[in-house]
Amino acid sequence: MSADGAGLGARLRARDLSAAPATLNLLESTAPGDLEQASALLREVSPAALGGEAPGHVIGVTGPPGAGKSTLLSALLHSWREQRRSVAMLAVDPSSRQSGGSLLGDRARIEFDPTDREIFIRSTAAGERLGGLSWATRSAAQALAAAFDVVVIETVGVGQAETEIAEVADTVAVIVQPGGGDVLQFLKSGIMEIPDVLVVTKADLGQVAMSALRDVNASLRSLGKRSTRTVAVSSLPPPKGMDELVQGFAQHWLELNRDDRRELTERRLQGRRAAALTDFAVEHGERGLRALGGRRAILALLGKQDPGMDVPALVAALETGLSGCSQ
Amino acid sequence: MRTYAGHSTAKASNELYRRNLEKGQTGLSVAFDLPTQTGYDADDELARGEVGKVGVPIAHRGDMAALMDGIPLGEMNTSMTINATAAWLLALYIVAAEEQGVGQEQLQGTTQNDIIKEFLARGTYAFPPAPSMRLIADMIAYTVEHVPKWNPINICSYHLQEAGATPVQEIAYAMSNAIAVLDAARERIERTPGGHGEELMEQVFGRISFFVNAGVRFVEEHAKLRAMSILWEELGRQRYGVRQERHLRFRYGVQVNSLGLTEAQPENNVQRIVLEALAVTLGRDARARAIQLPAWNEALGLPRPWDQQWSLRIQQVLAYETDILEYPDIFEGSKVMEALVAELLEGARAEMAVVSELGGAVEAVPYMKAALVDSHRERLRRIEAGEQVVVGQNRFTETEESPLTADAEGGILVVDPALEAEQIEALRRWRSERDQAAVDEALATLAAVARDESIGENLMGPTIAAARAGATTGEWAGTLREVFGSYRAPTGVGEAAAVSANGELSELRDEVSRLQEQLGRRPKILVGKPGLDGHSNGAEQIAVRARDAGMDVVYEGIRLTPAQIAASALQEGVHVIGLSILSGSHRELIPAVIDALNDAGVSAPVVVGGIIPEQDVAALREAGVAAVYTPKDFDITRIVRDIVALVGEGAERATVAASGVSANGSA
Repeated sequence: MSADGAGLGARLRARDLSAAPATLNLLESTAPGDLEQASALLREVSPAALGGEAPGHVIGVTGPPGAGKSTLLSALLHSWREQRRSVAMLAVDPSSRQSGGSLLGDRARIEFDPTDREIFIRSTAAGERLGGLSWATRSAAQALAAAFDVVVIETVGVGQAETEIAEVADTVAVIVQPGGGDVLQFLKSGIMEIPDVLVVTKADLGQVAMSALRDVNASLRSLGKRSTRTVAVSSLPPPKGMDELVQGFAQHWLELNRDDRRELTERRLQGRRAAALTDFAVEHGERGLRALGGRRAILALLGKQDPGMDVPALVAALETGLSGCSQ
Repeated sequence: MRTYAGHSTAKASNELYRRNLEKGQTGLSVAFDLPTQTGYDADDELARGEVGKVGVPIAHRGDMAALMDGIPLGEMNTSMTINATAAWLLALYIVAAEEQGVGQEQLQGTTQNDIIKEFLARGTYAFPPAPSMRLIADMIAYTVEHVPKWNPINICSYHLQEAGATPVQEIAYAMSNAIAVLDAARERIERTPGGHGEELMEQVFGRISFFVNAGVRFVEEHAKLRAMSILWEELGRQRYGVRQERHLRFRYGVQVNSLGLTEAQPENNVQRIVLEALAVTLGRDARARAIQLPAWNEALGLPRPWDQQWSLRIQQVLAYETDILEYPDIFEGSKVMEALVAELLEGARAEMAVVSELGGAVEAVPYMKAALVDSHRERLRRIEAGEQVVVGQNRFTETEESPLTADAEGGILVVDPALEAEQIEALRRWRSERDQAAVDEALATLAAVARDESIGENLMGPTIAAARAGATTGEWAGTLREVFGSYRAPTGVGEAAAVSANGELSELRDEVSRLQEQLGRRPKILVGKPGLDGHSNGAEQIAVRARDAGMDVVYEGIRLTPAQIAASALQEGVHVIGLSILSGSHRELIPAVIDALNDAGVSAPVVVGGIIPEQDVAALREAGVAAVYTPKDFDITRIVRDIVALVGEGAERATVAASGVSANGSA
């Protein structure tokens, strides 16, 4: 028996936060029938159905293990709740590829009031897809943004995955700790997309953290990126930099929403198109891509679709083209 | 000679202590309940079901006075198993002595006070690592001057072995831990104005004692202790410039291994305990100063006075009947012993170098924790595979019916659940009758000193003042939590390396994959520990094995409220929930968790593991628990297989429940 996707979507559209657990259960499911229900759910929260982009601010938070992400997220959660903003967090853990199983330990490190109905935290395994975001996580972020004020996607690692986070998050924050030289290397070599916010943790380390912050700023300048905000934070009491960070996220969100949400709409639209291309490629492989004339042609095709369409609808549109080709 | 004791109330424990002293026991060893150990009052939500369970609840100086009533503190040697809140309990003890007219300079005893092993193995921490180390350093600096006969800290390698440490790990992590403590103490002493640093450091080093474990492989265990003596002396001379021989002696107390005690055929534990006692008494050069033996039925539940008497008598037979104490060191010149010691030393030094490389024991907690989880897993694997024999458990399991466990209670002591309500009532009375203004002022001073980042003033001063004013354990710890922040220790499970599947495990993986197709999602389990009990080894091993079997595992760690468990189960969409409790609070906590799950609309089945007496199993099943596992269920793969089967049985029900949530979840 499948869940009622359209019903869940309608509840999310009505900003019913209690629909979140069942939404995730459905979006994660690969059972027969659930895929259709999931598409129905996403259709209900598509820009077309919402009459515009979903109101929630989707923030991607990523960084190497041990950089202090969980502690930082606890503090952020606290700040947002003080502003009475509802928060959904999707914590993506690396899976054990040998057994397929995973240990999702992040939740234990995030402190929150369990009776607070406006907080939703879900841990998911990165799954079989190496490095990237799973379909479920990406779809969940898009769906939950209809109901929650803030949706956070937390991932581990620095490198390839960030590209995919940039496709779904409105704001990407990369967390580094003092001495985390890898991040600078990745930035310089172009492996990593330039984040919107760069956070240096463990500011309690004083000099070390400050010099790390200087290094980060210097490399960003050398890359010609002046728009990236850099913040040094410490979540150890007394916490430092948290207000500045929350402020930084809010500022970026404001910028995205200027001029009738121009930048946000564009960013999300590009994200959905890129996601549709990814999903199509996963489903139909190189052969499918060739049949439609390659990636550039497909992106052009996607560009002609209604901007209010959700990702499964875009994929379906491509598949229509595919069946046209084979005839 | 003493037995670790305390339960129910201060008054009941006081009676027990007096009886034990009459029987020839020469000191006290106080067991505190978990709320006292973690700094919560009996009326705190987290204390529910835990009050008076694994020890005595001590909330204020009135409780301490009742606990020590009629016991001459000036003559007593009192060992307190207390860590995160050690400074507070020592303060209460000092005040109780004061009330008896005994000065603090006369007090003798030990506070366990080893926080790193709490992060690694025992789980009763209260504050983050840095301020915890500050409290320890402050206590050392205070006692060395004002309570000179007190051992302010007992470095515990005991719990590391319980958490799975190999002898090499036990030596290396205990020594690294000692280095972290001594370094912190040295810093504190150097900062103390008008100090005479070097001279005090000699004394500090001399006051540090160890609390070690002794397993049944008693030859190797004896070698371990010889190796520790050698390392300790080396450390004293080279790192801390200690010169006097008496300060360089490796002093240790011992509690023999509990990990190896079995629930199956528990009478066999008696001979295990005797052999383990030999490990720490055989050779004079590495002989224990104090021994505590566990009761034979510890794996079944809380031992009765008679069980503890048996343990005391074992020590008395060893000391007074055998000739063990009549000879000089009997291993002197033994090539076998020398080689064994050298091997352990080499391994320990290498491991200490790793810890030091990581920045010392405090910084290396995540590394050490993960290493322990791994060692423990290997130990269990060997037992499950029959490579390590445990008589009566995985070999020679056929048995006659035991007359020892045949009586109505099943051979254990049960704490009356009404005691918790009484303790809460008494606590509220205490609060209403004291001088509130004095308490407020004392706590404000404590907070101010704690906040002072220059760490100029010693925290012991305002702590003793707060004890005198009548503050409670929860208020003292709450004040410091406010300043220091709270903390969750690393679980070590995430780092545990994946194993390649052998026959049984790979069959299980196939089953999990099949189930995944049926459910549409990978089977997902929530593993956590409700209540204050921090013994997380069992939960960790279940979590890692379930992961190895291919499940998605949400590991929530220790100290969870029913509300937290219910919220997680709902939000995470788990198919099954595994709870572990070893403190005896399962009767209260498990039904509370099940109620919370029902309220949240979660229908996933619940399984429970821990020290659950046979007669409690039926009640738990009735409350809605699907399965109960106790220490006799040592085969973890089998437990995980049961859990997977349970998810399979409920697959249909889970689908229905999921859509049920979607239909009425907004209600």
